[in-house]
Amino acid sequence: MPERRIYLDNAAATRLDEQVLEAMKPYFFDTYAVATSEFAYTQGIEAREALDEARGTLAKALGANPEEFIFTSGSTESSNMAMKGVALALGKKKGKHIIVSKIEDFPVLHSARALERQSFQITYLDVDNEGFVNLDKLKDSISDETILVSIQHANQEIGTIQDIISIGHVCREKGVLFHTDATHTFTRIPLDVEKIPVDLVTVSAHTIHGPKGIGGLYIRKGTQIAKWMDGGFQEFDLRAGLENIAGAVGFAKAVELVTPAENEQLQAIRDHAINRILAEIPDTTLNGHRWKRLPQNVNISFHFVEGESITLHLDMHGFAVSTGSACFSRSLQGSHVIYGIGGDHERAHGSIRITLGRYNTMEEVDAVVQTLAEVVKELRDISPLGKEER
Amino acid sequence: MKFPYSETVLEHFRHPRNVGKIEDADGKSMEGSPACGDMVAVYIRVDSNTNTLSDIKFESYGCASNIATGSIITELAKGKTLDEAKKITWKEASEALGGLPKIKTHCSVLAIEGLRSAIQSYEERHGLVKERTPTTVEIVRKRLKKVMNPITGLDLVRTNLVKDIKLRDDGNVRVVVDLPANHQFASAMREEIMEKIEPLWDVKKVIVEFTE
Repeated sequence: MPERRIYLDNAAATRLDEQVLEAMKPYFFDTYAVATSEFAYTQGIEAREALDEARGTLAKALGANPEEFIFTSGSTESSNMAMKGVALALGKKKGKHIIVSKIEDFPVLHSARALERQSFQITYLDVDNEGFVNLDKLKDSISDETILVSIQHANQEIGTIQDIISIGHVCREKGVLFHTDATHTFTRIPLDVEKIPVDLVTVSAHTIHGPKGIGGLYIRKGTQIAKWMDGGFQEFDLRAGLENIAGAVGFAKAVELVTPAENEQLQAIRDHAINRILAEIPDTTLNGHRWKRLPQNVNISFHFVEGESITLHLDMHGFAVSTGSACFSRSLQGSHVIYGIGGDHERAHGSIRITLGRYNTMEEVDAVVQTLAEVVKELRDISPLGKEER
Repeated sequence: MKFPYSETVLEHFRHPRNVGKIEDADGKSMEGSPACGDMVAVYIRVDSNTNTLSDIKFESYGCASNIATGSIITELAKGKTLDEAKKITWKEASEALGGLPKIKTHCSVLAIEGLRSAIQSYEERHGLVKERTPTTVEIVRKRLKKVMNPITGLDLVRTNLVKDIKLRDDGNVRVVVDLPANHQFASAMREEIMEKIEPLWDVKKVIVEFTE
């Protein structure tokens, strides 16, 4: 058994910050009442105030007004709501065409596929070999029937950051709504809705050391979006369901705890990891752009070897990372992102993603690189591939 | 260790036996492809007096179950006659490994096929095989028994997922799978079916369709 466990899969989930837990605690044991109107009882009014305060913090972090931010159960729900809410509101009125990129995360991609089965037309935009959407192709794809463009702020696997300012301007010029999934960029990369012409933004607490099960959707004032979670009148009558007050308070605290210094530190560790792996391990390819990438993301393909074997060996040494290999995925398909950037099967199956968080250190990254080098060499020794090249 | 792998699987994964190439092997094979994420190469040395496997080695590009199965079949086959070795089944290999997860059947079955193909290549070279026969629905069905249904770990034929097989004179083969086209494993199954049927010598094109 390994002496210690080092967690390097922070894009999937993060360790809760103790300060977040402390901020949440009162809303489990004292102010656990439902958020009531200001004419009800004290605990309910206090719960309402806590929710409003959290909403204010979240909205401010995006440069939005509080009434433009609604809480959801996480980024999956937020992206579903953006896609299906707009489709419901505009499908009959304006048109049935929606544009997404090929490398979107599953909430957007699979919402698009679900809408396709409901007679919507979807354009799946190609990306280049670093994962960028082509602006001219986007312009050409927009027609009078187009109601929504959904392109992520940064990619979940390879970290590529899209030029959402230009994308937003294209959409604005053409009079089309623009949704961006900012699950992995929120608080890590600036996103100010006053400066960026974006109408809908998906965010989540689980990527920034907040609790799971709470996220949000920014909805620009005046955006036509239908309610599809029916029930009570919560969240400005856009999303029914008992408010998750402890979650909202924890989300707000998590946002407050992210600092520019932390983001710089993540980036320094990221660059150190990328530089060492590319320099010290032969036959490796960086997936994504060298510097237009998330400060916390490393994704590298190791040729001639398969990712599940790498992750299993790494786990035996105490390291948790993820891979784009088919064997690792629940659908037994290689990463659609690596295929999307023109990678072949071998590049997808051999890709390893390391994502950093607040608790990772330079020393931990040195340790994983050392072990990676050994494991990859061992697996290459038994692989039938790449023998001629080496 | 929290993996659904037995201790024996993990032991063979960490320390695979009989790894490598045999130079000038008497028989060899390469099964799988980078597309399905798993490949196994098997090399055999045959003692022609006794018709036994005097040496066997393997190489693997794949996940833990692929590596472990490659390792265990070399141990099971070494010293056996060709006929005995051909009869080694996936079930025997799996039992020798203390069991394999159902969803990993596909990756591990490759090593068994690799061993059989390596023996077949030896037999072909020594004029021990019969004439090529034209493909029939039964031959296609037999090959589809090697395509695993990841939900159950059993093959497509046994789990009644093959709804129809049609052969045309121009070499087109049409296979209808009784699953919705948007099923979680639909794309993975299509790729695997094509991989199994396309190598048949008189098949020109494989078309895989889904019922919904």
